[in-house]
Amino acid sequence: MSWIIFLILFPLAPAVLLLLFRSVSVQKWIVLVASALICVAAIGLAVTCTGAQPKYFSITSSVVNKLVIAGDIILALAFLFVCRRLSLKWYWIPLLVIVQYGAVVFYDLSGRVPAVTQPLFVDNLSVIMALIIGIVGCLITVYTVGYMKHYHEEHPDVPDRRGSFLAAIFLFFFAMYGIIFSNSITWIYFFWEITTLCSFIMISYPRTEEAWHNAFRALWMLLLGGLAFSMAILYASDSCGTVDFRHLLQMNKSAVLLPILLICFAGMNKAAQFPFAKWLLGAMVAPTPSSALLHSSTMVKAGVYICLRCSPILENTASGAVVALIGGLSFLAGSAIAISQRDGKKVLAYSTIGNLGLIILCAGVGSHWALWAAVLLIIFHALAKALMFLAVGTVEQQTGSRDIEDMHGLISRMPLLTITMLVGIAGMFLAPFGMLISKWAVLEAMAIRSPIYPPIVIFGGSLMLFFWAKWMGKLIAVVGPAPQRERGIGIEWTALFGLAVLTVLTCALYPFVGYYLIQPLYGQDPILSQGSICMVGIMLGLMVLLPLGFFIHWKNLVHVEPYLSGANVSDPHQFMGSLGNARQWSFRNYYMGKFFSEEKLFRGSLVGSIALMVLMFVMEKL
Amino acid sequence: MAFIEKSPWIFHFDGSSCNGCDIEVLACLTPMYDVERFGVINTGNPKHSDIFLITGSINNQNKPVVEAIYNQMGDPKVVIAIGTCATSGHFFAECYNILGGVDTTIPVDVYIPGCAVRPEAIIDSVVQAMAILGEKRKKRKTNGGALPAEAGIKT
Amino acid sequence: MNAFFWIAGYILLAPVLGGLINGCDRIITARMQSRVGPPVLQPFYDVFKLMEKDNLTVNRFHGYYLFIFLAFMLVSGAMFFGGQDLLMVIFAFIVADMFLVLGAYSTNSPYSSIGAERELLQMLAAEPMMLLSAVGFYMVTGSFHVSEIVACDKSLILYLPGVFAGFCYVLTIKLRKSPFDLSTSHHAHQELVKGITTEFAGPSLALIEIEHWYETILLLGMIYLFFAFNPIVAVLVTLFIYFLEILIDNANARVKWELMLKSAWLATIILGGGNLLVLYFILHG
Repeated sequence: MSWIIFLILFPLAPAVLLLLFRSVSVQKWIVLVASALICVAAIGLAVTCTGAQPKYFSITSSVVNKLVIAGDIILALAFLFVCRRLSLKWYWIPLLVIVQYGAVVFYDLSGRVPAVTQPLFVDNLSVIMALIIGIVGCLITVYTVGYMKHYHEEHPDVPDRRGSFLAAIFLFFFAMYGIIFSNSITWIYFFWEITTLCSFIMISYPRTEEAWHNAFRALWMLLLGGLAFSMAILYASDSCGTVDFRHLLQMNKSAVLLPILLICFAGMNKAAQFPFAKWLLGAMVAPTPSSALLHSSTMVKAGVYICLRCSPILENTASGAVVALIGGLSFLAGSAIAISQRDGKKVLAYSTIGNLGLIILCAGVGSHWALWAAVLLIIFHALAKALMFLAVGTVEQQTGSRDIEDMHGLISRMPLLTITMLVGIAGMFLAPFGMLISKWAVLEAMAIRSPIYPPIVIFGGSLMLFFWAKWMGKLIAVVGPAPQRERGIGIEWTALFGLAVLTVLTCALYPFVGYYLIQPLYGQDPILSQGSICMVGIMLGLMVLLPLGFFIHWKNLVHVEPYLSGANVSDPHQFMGSLGNARQWSFRNYYMGKFFSEEKLFRGSLVGSIALMVLMFVMEKL
Repeated sequence: MAFIEKSPWIFHFDGSSCNGCDIEVLACLTPMYDVERFGVINTGNPKHSDIFLITGSINNQNKPVVEAIYNQMGDPKVVIAIGTCATSGHFFAECYNILGGVDTTIPVDVYIPGCAVRPEAIIDSVVQAMAILGEKRKKRKTNGGALPAEAGIKT
Repeated sequence: MNAFFWIAGYILLAPVLGGLINGCDRIITARMQSRVGPPVLQPFYDVFKLMEKDNLTVNRFHGYYLFIFLAFMLVSGAMFFGGQDLLMVIFAFIVADMFLVLGAYSTNSPYSSIGAERELLQMLAAEPMMLLSAVGFYMVTGSFHVSEIVACDKSLILYLPGVFAGFCYVLTIKLRKSPFDLSTSHHAHQELVKGITTEFAGPSLALIEIEHWYETILLLGMIYLFFAFNPIVAVLVTLFIYFLEILIDNANARVKWELMLKSAWLATIILGGGNLLVLYFILHG
């Protein structure tokens, strides 16, 4: 229990300290020490608290509950405070805040919310989440220290408030640990809304017109989820008589389906599923570490985490099937739209929406194998996506562009950084790295359930393969000797290399993750069979060893220029034009705007997903 | 047994000509003459080919192209000049822009005169070229993989 | 032990068999065009010749991708003939193809890059159907393992006629035959120089040819699975399907990528998806 309390409360300390100390070097040390401590604590928790049975902890003092209510009120005031900048046409944002907090605080104060005797708990899923937040999150924080230095050199117009940015990250950890260890949905709600506030602070960081606009869009979309969550609390305390998450999940399905669906709605909202995908796309205006954090280890993972928790109720219900379909739709749409994008970060954002959709799909199906796959997806996605975001952020700082076309031949200019990116991309789609192991698990899980889900997974996976592969191709084009441009990357390397190594290592260690963490939760799975591990091992071995051959200097190679119909000139990037002057040639990837146009697909998915959302609540009665 | 004699892949380039020989080269690939009997494949890529067929003469504009393509072919390789234009420049020889036959630019192994050349003659030239390919391969083997002296055309 | 012999057999014999099939392919193609055609051993002559030629490279890296490409192709085929998980076989197959694409991208040559892009499109068009066939096998036999699919005494073709038709459709894409030979093509066909293989010459090109033989055998092996209940019928049907591919190759001109992608996906959804849907209702009432 001490580990849990430490993990939840400790991040507040660096958050406060970072606000107090303005000196950059002091802030750096605070971040480093605090990150290391959180990392150690997460690992400590994993070592001591894993087991087949979840552990519940009771808190007898009623002070804590009062503190949560006070926290709710403070949060509500904070939301209203940030809304002061809004014009009157956004009147409904403060209204959303007032309605949900009014109702929850009123219920709480009037004593209608039943008390929860054991508000804290830990099980293997929490442990996995804690590890992801602790390790991936802290690597991102360390990266932030180096990144913000360059960021403010490049953007002199943005006021330097890096202390508050870092503080927001630690506040995020506080909220995330709160969510994963709480057993009372009122507590989860409190932490849930803190993540909303933190993301608002991060997105609005550049203080530009666009940043404010996107931050407020994120705010109202996420507050909708909060509203659903607060309604779940009201319904649960009135009709079900408990706000204890464990008890809710053990009740009769028909009795608790509505509050669970409301919580799932909040979860899908936080996981940026369609129709809420827009907030995650807008979040890109913020400095890169915030995107990395929102997309990989925190925020969106809170959304899928809560859906996974709800999945025992969703299993074998019509509404659960609709939840799965919403996830499937997001998977397909996110992957398809990503094909037409040139902006590296946008591709990453859409692929996040897609991958989270896949996890929601698993949660909606809810069979043991599907949950297995979902947990693997969470782990691998967090690692690879964090790595990709950080790498793209560094590339942007080095070259001034995050356009994929401008990354042409990056391997010649920045070999080390490109290799970390290649590991990240390989981790996203190439066998036998994580995401593909997971996709394989998903297919094995889905094949028996229904003939609808496997095609969704298969088509989405193929689309994903396409856009990752063409990005990878851009990176590895060898453009010949070029000036080396990896300068001034300091502490960022820690995070980049750390994540790259972890991406490969987790793949190698997946049987252990399976045996010790997932199997106690969801039982035996076919992907843990001897043969499967053996196959993955062989492929991973090849994947790690074979690239070493690139360092061998092959003999008997005869160098020639690329074929340009004989019109070569001395520079391989030029050809002899018909008028006898050398002209530049260049090659651009296919984006297939006609097939996968963002505008059309996005609008279609919005309509489809809203219809499905309505259907989900209508189906509740069935 | 030299496999290269059984699998000569050709690359066809048309220089400055009336296109008559050009059409006859393509005629060789048709069912009537079917050079694939000898394993001949018409590739569109000098890097894949063993035999460089040139019809037409060389002028100032296509000289660098012919040189570039020749340099992009892997050894062992053979050049066949097809038609009188390619062997000597023929009636274009006196033109202000014409340099002459193919051998003004790259070394030629087989000369086939004719205007236009008969497909039978082209097939015969390819068969002769196969034998030369075999010899070149043998020479390359004895030289320990070193390139034959003539290969180093540099622009 | 049995699996070991199958794997060894695949690694040693598949190139021989694949080369012979390729030789017959060229003769049959020639006869369809009323030509005589090359000797049946011509593919072997070609490969041995390529081995003896200069290894031309644009940069010193891109040839090496082909080694990885071949390695993963062998792993994929070995897993298939060793009776392992079919999904994993297909994933390894995708990885193999991926490295060919990466090698082509790595050359930084315009023709190879377009070929690479088109190869990706071909993968996008063909992969869903291949994976869907694996799901179909699973729905009938209850296992993804090739060994158990082969051992199943049900005649899979009766359950999966649509999936089979869809698989044959994308087989044309995977074998790079007209009308879907967009990324590169065989024999004397050509467009965009030689597409993805433009910059690979000599021994590197030989490696691609050999890999193609392995690939052909693996794909024909997947056709075999549909008829595994009777080995003689299965071999005959497999050969017949290959003959059909040659016929289609000779009777069609190359199409644009839009048509390929649309038609392949339609075939996947209607033939494959429709078959699975019907099958689901038959099996689960």
